[in-house]
This record gives sequence, C-alpha cells and structure tokens, in this order.
Amino acid sequence: MTTERASTKSGPSGFSFTLGNDAYIRRRLLFSRIFAWLCRLATYAALAMLVVLLISVIVNCVGRLNLDFIRSVNSVDPEKAGMLAGLWGSFWLILLTGLMAIPIGVGSAVYLEEYARDNFLNRVIKVNLSNLAGVPSIVYGMLGLTVFVRMFDLYGGPDQNAKIISLLGGAVRIPIPLGDKVLAGAMTMTLVILPIVIIASQEALRAVPSSIRVASLALGATRWQTVRHQVLPAALPGIATGVILAISRAIGETAPLIMIGALTVSRFCPAGIDSPLKLITQPTRILQAPLDQFTAMPIEIFHWAKQPGDEFRPVAAAGIVVLLLVLLVFNGIAVWIRHRAGKGLRW
Amino acid sequence: MFNSKDALMAEQPGSSQMFRQKRNANRHEKVIQGGLFSCATLSILTTIGIIVVLLGNAVYSPGKRTAFFEEVSVSEFLTDTRWKPEERSAAVPDESGSGDESGSESEEPRGHFGILPLLSGTCMVAVIASLVSVPIGLGAAIYLSEYAGPGERSFLKPMLEILAGIPTVVYGFFALHFITPWVLQPLLKHVFGVEIGVFNVASAGIVVGIMVIPMIASLSEDVLRSVPGSLREAAYALGSTRFDVSMKVVVPAALSGILAAFLLAFSRAIGETMAVTIAGGHKIMFSLNPFEEVRTMTAFMVHQSFGDDSANSIQYKSIYAVGLALFLITLVINIISQWILRRFREVYQ
Repeated sequence: MTTERASTKSGPSGFSFTLGNDAYIRRRLLFSRIFAWLCRLATYAALAMLVVLLISVIVNCVGRLNLDFIRSVNSVDPEKAGMLAGLWGSFWLILLTGLMAIPIGVGSAVYLEEYARDNFLNRVIKVNLSNLAGVPSIVYGMLGLTVFVRMFDLYGGPDQNAKIISLLGGAVRIPIPLGDKVLAGAMTMTLVILPIVIIASQEALRAVPSSIRVASLALGATRWQTVRHQVLPAALPGIATGVILAISRAIGETAPLIMIGALTVSRFCPAGIDSPLKLITQPTRILQAPLDQFTAMPIEIFHWAKQPGDEFRPVAAAGIVVLLLVLLVFNGIAVWIRHRAGKGLRW
Repeated sequence: MFNSKDALMAEQPGSSQMFRQKRNANRHEKVIQGGLFSCATLSILTTIGIIVVLLGNAVYSPGKRTAFFEEVSVSEFLTDTRWKPEERSAAVPDESGSGDESGSESEEPRGHFGILPLLSGTCMVAVIASLVSVPIGLGAAIYLSEYAGPGERSFLKPMLEILAGIPTVVYGFFALHFITPWVLQPLLKHVFGVEIGVFNVASAGIVVGIMVIPMIASLSEDVLRSVPGSLREAAYALGSTRFDVSMKVVVPAALSGILAAFLLAFSRAIGETMAVTIAGGHKIMFSLNPFEEVRTMTAFMVHQSFGDDSANSIQYKSIYAVGLALFLITLVINIISQWILRRFREVYQ
C-alpha cells in the first residue's frame, strides 16, 4: 500500500524519471538524507547524555573522592562522611541475594526449559514471569516489608517482642519477625531480580542446540544427567552474563530497601566487620552479619543527594563514582565471560 | 522437548540389582524435578504474595486491623483532589502528644485521601519521559537497524546498554544537580523569564526519559530487524528512498512491536521511584504544571515509609492503597502491551 502512495505522489512527474527532471528526485533524496541524519543525531544524543551525566558526576566529586572516603563511615560533617558502612552493607546484601537468587533462578529456568510440559500450570508460570518483570521494584519493597520484615504482624512487633530462634548452638539467633535486617533485604532483593535471572537463564538454555540433549539421552543419560553434564555447562556463559547483569541491577536498586526500612544513616558495618581482615580474624561474626541492620551504597547516595544545600553534593557524587566503579567491575566480568565463551564456541 | 517417557521406566527382565539401580536413579530424578518445580513456583508465590499483601492492607483485612478502604471509600480515593492525611492531627490538637496508638481508634475527621494529586505527578513524569524517550529511542532504533553498519552497531549497542545499567539514584542526582540548575533554570529564565524551583517534575521526567531510551531503542530495534529484508528490497526496487523504506515500509510493518515497547517504557516510567523522589519535590498537590514540585505515587510511598506513623494508622496503610493503584496501573499497561504483541504480530515466513 505504501508503494501505491509513492507512485501517486510521483504521478505528475511520472515520466520525468527518464527525462532528467530530477528536482523532485533530488528533493526526496535530500529529505531521506536529512532523516538519516536525524536518526543518527538521536542515537548520538543518547550517548551524549551518558557522557554529560558521567562528566557532571566526576566534576562534582573532584576533591572529595579519596581513599578516606571508602575507609570511613557516614558523618554529619560532609568533609568526613564516607561510604564504608554502605560498601559492607551492599556486600552482605548482594552476597546473600546471589546465594538465594542464583540457584532458585537457574533452577526455575531449567525446569521451564528442560522439564515443563505445555500444560496450564506451566503456561501460567511463564506468563506470570513476564508480568513480574514489569512490576515496579517499590512494590516488591512492600511485599518484603509485610512478609519478611513484619511477617504479617503475626509474631508481635519488631525487635523488642521478637521471638528468637537459636541455631547452631546459639551462634545464630534469628529474630521472628525478621525486622529490617540484611537477610530481609536480601530476600526482598532476591524476589526483585528473580524474573531477570530466570528470563536470562531461559534464553541461555534455549540457545543450546537440542542435538546435544538428544545425543546425551540416546547414550542412556537420564534427564538430570543431561542437564547437569551437557546443557548447563554449555549454557553457563550465557547464564553467568545474565546473572551478573541481574546482580548489578540489585547493587543499584534502592527503593525496595528503603521500603523495608533499611537504615539511611548508619555508622556501623553489619556485625562490626569493617575490613576484609576481620572476616578471617573473627569468623563468628560472619554468621551475625546477615542478621544485623544495614545500609547500602545507593541508599547513602540517596541520603546525600537529598541533603539541602550544596555541602553534600560532592559527597553524593563521590558515592556515585564508587558505585559506578563497582558496577563497572561487575559488567567487566560479564563482558569478559561473554568474550571467552565466544572463543570456545563448539557448534 | 522430551516427549518420550523416560527410558529407565521401561522394566526389563534381568538382574534385580540393575533394576534397583534404575529405580533409585528414577527416584533421584523425581526429587530433582520436584526441587526445580518448586523453584519455578516461587514466581507464582511472589505474585500471590504481592496481591495478598496489597489487598490485605488496602481492601480487606481479616484481623482486628481495618484495611485502608474500610476507612476511606474507594470513590473518595479516586476522585478527591486533596491528599492531606495530617489534617486530622490538626483538627484534634490535644491528641498529637498522646502517642500514635490511639490515633486510629478515634472517629475524628480523618483528612483527605484522594490519589489524584499523586497520580497527576506520576502522569506528568511519565508523559514528559515519553516525550523525551520516544523520538530519541525510536530514532536510535531506526538508525541501529536501518543505517548503522555492523561496526558502528557493535559500538553503539553496548553504550546504550550502559545508559540502562546506571542506577536510578544516579539519575536523580543528575536531575537535581545538573538538569535543573544547568539546563532548565537558565533556559526558562533567559527564554521565558520564568524562575523555577530546585525541585520540579520536568527535570525528573527528563531523566526518567533518558533512563528508558535504551529500553525503547533495543526493543524497537529487535522488531525492526525482524522485518524481512525482502520487504525492503521490494520497496527499493520500486524506487523508494531510504526514508521511504524506513518510515513507510519497515516501521509500519513493525508497528505493533514498537507500540508494545512504548507501553513498556511508559509503565517503567510510572513505576520509577528514586529519580522522582530525589528531583520531584515534596508538595502533594493536584497540578499539571511540570515546573512545579509535585510528589508522585512512588515518591509518596518512599517518604511515607520514612515517617514514624504506627502500623495501625491510616497514613501507614495508605501506602498500601497507593501501592495497589501503582501495581494495577503498571500491570494493566504491561498486559495491554503483551496483548498487542500477540494480537498484531506480523508473521513472515
């Protein structure tokens, strides 16, 4: 239908094609070229925004970002405020989130791709996944607040009235309801990134050719043996890339953590572990850290960015640079895995 | 994929030890399959959990506590243009010192809970974000799919992905400390002679727009590229310019996918939280002026969660009502977008 329109437009000058009256053609070509430039402009405008964003952050952080910034905790004095508590909070949060989200997410993807028959329940799971991926993260925060932090208020109020469950001979004391602890944050964050992990892992599994599976089954392997020894290793680079991208999302995610009541201002690292050395010298604290209160890097940045006046602007910018560097490392790993996997492609 | 019944199930006459091994292996398989299945059901449980939590606090609460809509009528929630929960404590000044616990029991006038002011902020952000992201995102998608060579593409696509990977707090900082003081304020002052405040919806909308550009670009590019080359070649053969091919053949052929991408981006902009909380401002008022500071639904939820209202107070429960509205709005938009994709997908051989 589009070609018809084009030909009627060229109707008056229909024969001029061969006669050399190219004013019309030239106009159309010029128009086409302008359009191409507009599209190019749009693309590079998006990139320019990225550059401007990074420059504005870096310019703001100059003079404030130094080693002390990641060696000291937050303070009301913008000259002394640091990000140590947020770094450790994010560390524990992401560690626990990864420990929960990766097995559950990859397991779900394996079930949906390798086991699930095309029945009603499995279709519901698949449709539900794409809807979950579109739920705003703040709604997950409300879920976490009600289910994990307060546990539907079934067990009394937080902290003071909390029941304590002791595990491992009292080494781990789990409060019920959980309260605004790292563990509650990690459980919430797990739900936030689970759809991303599942969808990415599904894509990676789908990219493994079915000849691999058929060959393995034909040799007498069970279904799980096929998945475990053939499909998963083949899909691993893709899964790892997706997982890392999901984890980077979790590192920058703020809203659900604020909703569950994570601290905005904290001068303490979870369980008092403020240097990697203490992980070795005081290993018992490792078990306490998931059940301690916490803050996270993006929450601290939010807090600084919201401060009235300009004193905390460099602090916020410095925090952003640290956060972006952490994300850069994670994404660098993802790129590296993808690059390596591309080399060893077997089919 | 595996239609055949598991080969191990087939019982063969033979050594009983082998049979036992097979039976054990079979049980092992069953356990693993069950475990994987329970992982997959967690996503269903999450959805159920979200619905139960939101409805349980907003619509009907089984216990002694009353839900939000048992105290505030739905019609008031949807039509009142004021959101002033604190008016109650102003009306009963002597109660403000007596603690929060008694607050919800009293039958005092309880202020105004109309979602329209919050909704107006959210809509403004989403519309401004669309105005920014749709032309740029679509332009980028057309450029990547129709014009850019493979080398340029392999450089541009990861760059756009970086834009999507930047945390939203960073965009909030960018809006508050760059867009407003360095772009909007000078622009409006010198061109229109208007002074605007530090917090405004426009800056929040612009950065949310920047945030969703990669989403629109990559989703639209995927559908543009899935339009078969034969259509383009046919159009070229009829004397079309590249503009004709892009805008009159390829884009119309991929329109449903592009529309779905717009809707997803719109729903993302509605649910966006941190950037609008940082840059959008504090006032809760019904306004359609983008240079005013207006609090959005998500920003309201964040601020309310900082407050120290008791769990029984209506202020606390109001975040569930707003959360429910937010969840329903984004859900409906996502479902429409998926429906458009399914319903209008052009299938090419």
